[in-house]
Amino acid sequence: MFELLGQIGRFTLTQLAAMGKMFIFLLSALGLAFRRPAKIRLIIYHIKTFGVDSLSVVVLSGFFTGMVMGFQGYYSLRKFNAESWLGSATALSLLRELGPVLAAFMVTGRTGSAMAAELGTMRATEQIDALYSMAINPIKYLVSPRIIASLIAMPLLTAIFDVVGIYGAYLVGVGLLGVSSGSYFSGMESSVVFHDVYSGFIKAVSFGLIITWVCCYKGFHAPPMATGVSQATTESVVLSFVFILVWDYFLTSIML
Amino acid sequence: MSAARAMIRVVDLYKSFGKQQVLKGVTMEFTKGKITTIVGTSGCGKTVLLKHLNALLLPDRGQVFIDSVDITRLKQKDLYEMRGRFGVLFQGAALLDSMTVFDNVAFPLREKTTMAEAEIRKKADERLDQVGLEGMGHKYPAELSGGMRKRAGLARALVMDPEIVLFDEPTTGLDPVLATGIHQLIARTQQTFGFTGVVVSHTIPQVFEISDYVAILANGVIEEFKPTKEFQSSQNPVVQQFIQGQTEGPIQVL
Ligand SMILES: Nc1ncnc2c1ncn2[C@@H]1O[C@H](COP(=O)(O)OP(=O)(O)O)[C@@H](O)[C@H]1O
Ligand SMILES: [Mg+2]
Repeated sequence: MFELLGQIGRFTLTQLAAMGKMFIFLLSALGLAFRRPAKIRLIIYHIKTFGVDSLSVVVLSGFFTGMVMGFQGYYSLRKFNAESWLGSATALSLLRELGPVLAAFMVTGRTGSAMAAELGTMRATEQIDALYSMAINPIKYLVSPRIIASLIAMPLLTAIFDVVGIYGAYLVGVGLLGVSSGSYFSGMESSVVFHDVYSGFIKAVSFGLIITWVCCYKGFHAPPMATGVSQATTESVVLSFVFILVWDYFLTSIML
Repeated sequence: MSAARAMIRVVDLYKSFGKQQVLKGVTMEFTKGKITTIVGTSGCGKTVLLKHLNALLLPDRGQVFIDSVDITRLKQKDLYEMRGRFGVLFQGAALLDSMTVFDNVAFPLREKTTMAEAEIRKKADERLDQVGLEGMGHKYPAELSGGMRKRAGLARALVMDPEIVLFDEPTTGLDPVLATGIHQLIARTQQTFGFTGVVVSHTIPQVFEISDYVAILANGVIEEFKPTKEFQSSQNPVVQQFIQGQTEGPIQVL
């Protein structure tokens, strides 16, 4: 019994210590991001890789998500003779929920894992130590620009996901199932309010921060060997997913 | 060796990773303007010891003094300033993959000085010439052979005219001809710049030719530390075992 309690205690303490280290990492990366000299060139470079790397997978998954929503939405709404609200239902669920979350998942898989692997490799090949020994703060040089870039790129990718998804549902609903084109868009116009767009935006920005934070942290602290890199990559993806879902629940409950 | 000329002094250093004790009371010193070589079997903690010299790692116990300042207790800002006095050639060169060889060598100048781009070009090109990499600046590290990467790493380590240069296994994995070339390069640049050199190596006996002092790290402590000539003729069983490459003896293997 005491043995068990002791183990639970030890487990909790190590988890708390790990969380503390992660928060300190985030705070120093954020603090250094706004300290001069700003790394504008690096930020632009990372926006480009962050956005371009994930663009195709975001468009593809947005399109298919939208098409599935066209079918499923039509099926449910028809039970209430409300097919004409398909546009509104699709837009609301995409803008408020599915767009930010699914786009964040795609970006985690594509860009987040690459970030963890890249920083992990830099750790294993002593490039991070090399930065320290050249008196350059690797958090400012490697992590801060990526964080800023993700804050900018993530809402843009989410917006692309939303738009492509809305057209995907349009293609199925209007093109295949015969919902009228006019009611698809007018329903959307009358029911979507600014708050829906805004809450989706807040989600996208914070998910961008979570992905870069978790993936950079895991990569930065990867054990310096080949298995360490793969382990860090896997952990970064799983942990990002968990954080995104938990934070999504929290945000949804306060912003509803 | 009088204490006054010691650039770096390591006093009773202990370092563990988890349950594994790597350093168990290392004490030694590095004389200003000389090359001191640390030998020892793979995995005995040479890199760990080296990383304590510019506080990339902090000890569990013990001190490292540079010019009588204990660097294990420096504040963040002083720490960065202290590291600026070092040049480091890492075991795998540790060039930044994302930029060309030239940009790698120019990187510390761009980040840490206010020099104009033309001056930076001149200095970086000069260092690349000195290590025999003229005309290779536009290549990426991944496109270079191991020996060329080491030389590029050396050019980067020397570009800020450091007072102290740390070399982590500069010749491991290179063919004997190239190894001799790198050794000569270290000796020549040391004579040109007059830095205090710390070399970690197990390319013996070749490395003895460029060393003023040699120390052997085994079982977590410095077992022998002498001027090169005396080290080579030392009757210490640890030294004998290492030089002759025997598995039986006072050094615990595996
Ligand atoms: N950051 C680290 N975390 C855990 N163990 C480490 C770390 N760095 C080194 N070690 C361990 O310390 C020992 C000595 O390593 P090292 O100094 O790299 O050996 P070498 O003498 O070959 O340079 C090795 O067993 C290594 O696994
Ligand atoms: Mg080593």
